[in-house]
Amino acid sequence: MSRISKEQVKHVAHLARLHVSEEEADMFTKQLDDIITFAEQLNELDTEGVEPTTHVLDLKNVTRKDEPKHWLTKEEALKNAPEKQDGQFRVPSILE
Amino acid sequence: MSLFDHKLSEIQEWLHTKEISVNDLLNEAYNRINEVDGEVKAFLTLNEEAARQRANELDALRGTTEGRGLLFGMPIGIKDNIVTKGLRSTAASQILDNLNDPLYDAHVVQKLNGAESVTVGKLNMDEFAMGSSNENSSYYATRNPWNTDYVPGGSSGGSAAAVAAGEVPFSLGSDTGGSIRQPAAYCGVVGLKPTYGRVSRFGLIAFASSLDQIGPLTRTVEDNAYVLETIAGHDKMDSTSADLEVPKYTEALTGDVKGLKIGVPKEYFAEGVSEEVKTAVRNALKVYEDMGATWEEVTLPHSKYALSTYYLLSSSEASANLARFDGVRYGRRSPQAENMIDMFKLSRSEGFGDEVKRRIMLGTFALSSGYYDAYYKKAQKVRTLIKQDFEKVFANYDVIIGPTTPTPAFKVGEKTEDPLTMYANDILTIPVNLAGVPGISVPCGFSSEGLPIGLQIIGDHFDEGTVYRAAHAYEQATDYHTHKPSLGGAN
Amino acid sequence: MNFETIIGIEVHVELKTASKIFSPSPNAFGSEPNSNVNPIDLGYPGVLPVLNEEVVNYAMKAGMALNCDIATNTKFDRKNYFYPDNPKAYQISQFDQPIAENGYIDIEVDGKTKRIGITRLHIEEDAGKLTHSDDGYSLVDYNRQGTPLVEIVSEPDISSPQEAYAYLEKLKNIIQYTGVSDCKMEEGSLRADANISIRPIGQEEFGTKTELKNLNSFSFVQKGLEFEEQRQQKVLQAGGEMLQETRRFDEQTKETVLMRVKEGSDDYRYFPEPDLVPLYIDEEWKKRIYDEIPELPDARKSRYINELKLPEYDAMVLTNNKELSDFFEETINAGAEVKQASNWLMGDVSGYMNKNQKELADLALTPQNLATMIKLIEDGTISSKIAKKVFAETVENGTDPQKFVKDQGLGQISDEGQLREIISGILDNNQQSIDDYKNGKDKALGFLVGQVMKATKGQANPPMVNKIIIEEMDKR
Repeated sequence: MSRISKEQVKHVAHLARLHVSEEEADMFTKQLDDIITFAEQLNELDTEGVEPTTHVLDLKNVTRKDEPKHWLTKEEALKNAPEKQDGQFRVPSILE
Repeated sequence: MSLFDHKLSEIQEWLHTKEISVNDLLNEAYNRINEVDGEVKAFLTLNEEAARQRANELDALRGTTEGRGLLFGMPIGIKDNIVTKGLRSTAASQILDNLNDPLYDAHVVQKLNGAESVTVGKLNMDEFAMGSSNENSSYYATRNPWNTDYVPGGSSGGSAAAVAAGEVPFSLGSDTGGSIRQPAAYCGVVGLKPTYGRVSRFGLIAFASSLDQIGPLTRTVEDNAYVLETIAGHDKMDSTSADLEVPKYTEALTGDVKGLKIGVPKEYFAEGVSEEVKTAVRNALKVYEDMGATWEEVTLPHSKYALSTYYLLSSSEASANLARFDGVRYGRRSPQAENMIDMFKLSRSEGFGDEVKRRIMLGTFALSSGYYDAYYKKAQKVRTLIKQDFEKVFANYDVIIGPTTPTPAFKVGEKTEDPLTMYANDILTIPVNLAGVPGISVPCGFSSEGLPIGLQIIGDHFDEGTVYRAAHAYEQATDYHTHKPSLGGAN
Repeated sequence: MNFETIIGIEVHVELKTASKIFSPSPNAFGSEPNSNVNPIDLGYPGVLPVLNEEVVNYAMKAGMALNCDIATNTKFDRKNYFYPDNPKAYQISQFDQPIAENGYIDIEVDGKTKRIGITRLHIEEDAGKLTHSDDGYSLVDYNRQGTPLVEIVSEPDISSPQEAYAYLEKLKNIIQYTGVSDCKMEEGSLRADANISIRPIGQEEFGTKTELKNLNSFSFVQKGLEFEEQRQQKVLQAGGEMLQETRRFDEQTKETVLMRVKEGSDDYRYFPEPDLVPLYIDEEWKKRIYDEIPELPDARKSRYINELKLPEYDAMVLTNNKELSDFFEETINAGAEVKQASNWLMGDVSGYMNKNQKELADLALTPQNLATMIKLIEDGTISSKIAKKVFAETVENGTDPQKFVKDQGLGQISDEGQLREIISGILDNNQQSIDDYKNGKDKALGFLVGQVMKATKGQANPPMVNKIIIEEMDKR
């Protein structure tokens, strides 16, 4: 039984903002299905009552003081912009 | 003989007495690069002009440099996922191909600059550190200096190959699931992944934030300890960096391992680990016995679940970490994009390679509504079990020793077809990242094909000192680290 | 069919810390585009967030002021979505462990008090600002990226647009009292979205809700909800079906307009932020913040009624606006009589502000000057008529009333001899009025007082004028 369908792969690609061709979707469906099927071995383990680990170190309350600091100039901020206009980053609009 | 074959203290002495110059050291590096990098392909970007300028400044300081530290004037290579101000930083991805100035230096680069080392260039890698062979670089695949038909390992393949080929005396790599130790093993050099939180990640282009660590790749354990001393320590820009003193690791290198208690996990000798590798590791344990250490078989029972756990967690984190590459503020924007959604989709599809896309999709899936508990959260729980395996062993043992990789380096193209086969290379290194503990790979022999084999030594949290001590004693008792590839003729 | 309305409100409030939530860039409104940004705000490769401690303190303060329980263990999560103003393509927010939960505020509508529950208050980062232009492009300014926000989510306890308005006013007032935000809707430091659904009375399950976005004032929230209430009733009464829609309020037509129909729920793929460690807020920390919370509007209102003996109406009007209430306190502290201070602030001062569309802080008037003026009235130095003149001057130019009265010679004439002389002269010329008065026409007295005031340019002490005129007429 497959764990992930081609439709799901396309949906996931859309969520991740990746364009996939039909051919790529077939390839990724096969590969992701293999990986997910393999990963289902984790279901062999009873993890009832086990705390999930997000951080491997037990650190807490790491904060900084509320002190403002300038770092970049406006020009530096825009230095690598693919497109810019009037000191701002330019992007195509939502629709054509 | 290369200048880089000498001890750091010796080189510094010559620099201080002006017997040699920083420019001489740079010549050594760039000449060797010119000689062999056409074959090895370890570097993506060279920094020669700025490095020469820096060398001139440092050369003017010679004679006044006593007590300045052993990295003064030393050439160093930096993995391309560590950002360098004014120097192209791409993580070997087309999506960052034009990022010629990432605007700031990574914390480790600031530390190295402070120690007055000189950045020679940026090193090749698997795109965004996703891979085990360097074949996922979007530019070209780095080759193993011991035999260029073979992969150097990955993802820090460029970092390992450059050191093995004598292009630089040391380099920085990053390790998320074995990306320093595995290429160090394949290339016959020393590579350490520090404890999670030991080295700041600020400026490391994130792959999996809860697993990534920067570490040194060097010819010798002593050099390695010295580079770690330089780059380690608390950074207020990284909330996950530990606010702890950095010990003088070099002082731990006593050569004495008498009474050292070694745990040898039976799972690290399971199916898939080659006989040659098993033999090399058993011989290494014999060396430890001869030095007065003791070893016993131990168990890390959840090891076989590490690979699944790792791929679910690292891919999930990566799916978010790599979402910022959207063509808006920097990096590649597709020239085809006519509206916003196309800008995102086309820029990302054109900019990322297949392995990166595969992992982004796996991670997106594992986090998506309806699957989160079954995949992501489940993996987080299994991570807890894997971490506890290590805690139990370290309650009774000083270090854990086993192979770094199941086999020596494989041939270029041999495993590119099936992602799962490729992932299996990291089966012995991944648990260490999941547990957040430090691990080193040191050379422990050669295969029948003349390819290096690595010995992995794992320590408890923040106990790099014991790892280095064990690694150094072994290194001093053996001569594997003195072997060099015959690449490019005599070196 | 009769329907009942169910409204829930989400409010985003920008916290006025000096620096941003996860980067040291200045947190400032109105700067040149992209001048308050650094690689962290721009989501450059390799950057990491570090939490500004003051944001936690401010969020706790807001949570406590809204009667919430403050979490002991709390953490941050990534909310994933692509948009050009969201530089990392995830927003750092709080998902399943918000810093504050289970609060409430009491609102008053038509003289009745109603308690509105607050589900949660959580911390998150604001996005940049996207400006759409007509040429097929949009421009992005990341100055706002990383501004600390708290999102405050109400329970669906609000049952009319009027209550929604009252809820927002009260919420804004409380937050302003805590000092953690300016809550200026026009600058976007307070933003409100509303969910509204209706159901036939007696029906258990909720109807399908509409989300109203981009509401630029509280009265637009109310008007939008009123329109939506009617629209939904019409749809249901016509046998139609409600869709889960996001709509905006058109300020010109006063109607709501469809933005998009939601299909299923958005998949934000929340997961714990690995770059930030959890927060553990112990009792000591909570107490320290609790002790910093100033007197809140309800407590202040009770004090005005019980201790200052102000009428309930005065107490309500004054405390409904922190600026006004603070001004009032300073005025009485400077020696003004309590009720007089209240009258002037609710009357002439508020009138002036409305007329000139100004905030209290923008006026030249100081509590000190207002108190001085009130004292001048109290001690009889100026009449209430002259006081209007003095007020006009001091509110406009900040002039010291004492000095103004002296320089302009506006002091009241209370010298009996002087007044008697003026009055004698006027009576001499108005025999008819004297006769009228003596024949019982009281109006004649008023006329005579008016003549005296005219002759003294309004500076005569009115009670004395009355008294002397009667005495003088009796003599004749």
